[in-house]
Amino acid sequence: MSEVVLNAVSKSFGKVAALRDVTMTVPDGGFVVLLGPTGAGKTTTLRMVSGLDRPDAGEIQIGGRRVTHLTPAERNVAMVFQQYSLYPHLTVRENLAFPLKSPMLRTPPAEIDRKVRQVAEMLQIAHKLDNRATALSGGEMQRVSIGRALVRDPAVYLMDEPLSSLDAKLRTDLRVELKRIQADSGATFLYVTHDQIEAMTMATHVGVLDEGALVQFGSPREIYENPVSVYAASRLGQPRINLLPADLFGAAPAGARTIGLRPEQIRQGEGEDSLVTRVEHLGDQTRLHLSFRDHAIVTVTEVHTRLRSGDIVRIRPEKPFYFDASGARLQ
Amino acid sequence: MSSTSITEPSAGQKWFAGALVVAYALISILPLVWIIATGFKTPSDAIAYPPKVVFEPTLEGYVNLFTTRTRQPPEVMAANPPETWYDRIVAQYDMTIVGPSRFGERFLNSVVIGFGSTFLSVFLGTFAAYAFSRFRIPAKDDLLFFILSTRMMPPIAVAIPIFLMYRAVGLSDTHAGMILLYTAVNLSLSVWLLKGFIDEIPVEYEEAALIDGYTRFQAFYKVVLPQAATGIASTAIFCLIFAWNEYAFAVLLTSGQAQTAPPFIPTIIGVGGQDWPAVAAGATLFLLPVMVFTILLRKHLLRGITFGAVRK
Repeated sequence: MSEVVLNAVSKSFGKVAALRDVTMTVPDGGFVVLLGPTGAGKTTTLRMVSGLDRPDAGEIQIGGRRVTHLTPAERNVAMVFQQYSLYPHLTVRENLAFPLKSPMLRTPPAEIDRKVRQVAEMLQIAHKLDNRATALSGGEMQRVSIGRALVRDPAVYLMDEPLSSLDAKLRTDLRVELKRIQADSGATFLYVTHDQIEAMTMATHVGVLDEGALVQFGSPREIYENPVSVYAASRLGQPRINLLPADLFGAAPAGARTIGLRPEQIRQGEGEDSLVTRVEHLGDQTRLHLSFRDHAIVTVTEVHTRLRSGDIVRIRPEKPFYFDASGARLQ
Repeated sequence: MSSTSITEPSAGQKWFAGALVVAYALISILPLVWIIATGFKTPSDAIAYPPKVVFEPTLEGYVNLFTTRTRQPPEVMAANPPETWYDRIVAQYDMTIVGPSRFGERFLNSVVIGFGSTFLSVFLGTFAAYAFSRFRIPAKDDLLFFILSTRMMPPIAVAIPIFLMYRAVGLSDTHAGMILLYTAVNLSLSVWLLKGFIDEIPVEYEEAALIDGYTRFQAFYKVVLPQAATGIASTAIFCLIFAWNEYAFAVLLTSGQAQTAPPFIPTIIGVGGQDWPAVAAGATLFLLPVMVFTILLRKHLLRGITFGAVRK
């Protein structure tokens, strides 16, 4: 039982409010991904839960226990730092064993050996175990840093963009691996990423942060299909949602300022003419850049489309999102 | 050809730079060589003019350094033929060894006081520097400036008050008093130097250790200290060199009990004429501990081995 609850947590650094009244529940065994641009409060949220920073106001519970005033060690959390933070004076093996040797765990040597080996093999760094932590490539350092969290069995795993500097193949492998670990062990994850695919495929829940405030919390599908605001809608979806003047396609509901169109909300072959300005073949996806009444629109079309720039395509919005002047969604 | 060129210097430039370094090294080492050589000369060779560069080495200076001797009438010398090599050296001057000198004792005082104060300076300095580096301390900058300001005048400027205070509290001529004094003088240097080194160790390592289940002190001990080893070693060398070489306070505050080698060595000359070789022998031996200490810690002075595992 390691549900993580943030209750009205606020934190300021000097005059900058990093978190404003954030209330969120990471369910036991849940995989919560935090989304938002730099400075939105994602890392601060992790640091609050880890105990590296204390909230100015509000309360944090882990597994039903109030931990707001406990040290990180007492909270039993594992964290993967964005900057790796490997101990430079230790070897890879010693880095991985470091949490197991802590006074909190005091693992017997045979058990340490077994766990280190197991994690090293999973992360494909077994051949580097006796290297110094500084004698690794960036991707290897990041894997060791993930490994240092995975050797433990903490109440919650906190991960700050753990896959960001890995190459594409390794990132895919580890994404699947992390998801498998979470599914097998029922561990609870709080995870920060910029990567949409990670958010969509791994998350059971997504929290959208905007300047320190939690603006939407729900399943990735819910955030994608039912965003509460322009801001939330812009977090997910590739290509990004097209935001256009509300009346561009004719009458709009009262109060609407902006119409939001994801590619699947643009019906092709019906409606009004638009000019194809560019066709991008991405392999698994073909993007269509359109010009509609002097507004640029990006959508997706058939992979093997015959369309070329200069062609005319008719488009029509289908169940679009409307947002008011403040950016809030109109229902 | 500019001084900011990043290309390989030409052979001529390298040769010129090398020659400069060698010339500088030779000039620097000349007094040292002279002292070491004088230690192995006879008193007459030591004051010969023009100076003798080539001479027959003798251990006379070292024997005189470690012994006290007395002149004997010829009949006593004849009755007691010298038995050992050092007795023979002394006998050339119609003298016999009557006991050890105080050099060994003074040297030991220097070792106790020098290393004792170095250990204390670095020990206290490391904790203070860590606190200044990592914690939010009220008036931190003022405190740091205050600590530094203790070095803005020569320490000897406060010699009289310290002399009076030491006499009043009974610290005059004690090992504890000298250790305390040298620690006080060295602390500002050690706090500032070590703070610089600790500032360079990213705080993320300690945060990782805190998360990994360690207390702050354990994180300090297991993560910060090993990475600060370079800084601690170089700070220790600076502290030792100061405490080891300090002369003025030692003259003023020590005499019978806790006198260190620096005020003692010049007094060697007073015993029976100008015994420059014994003084030089004392100076040579006095140099050794700092040289050995520096050489032992040299590998820790190599920087750069601990940097690079935190992504900036």
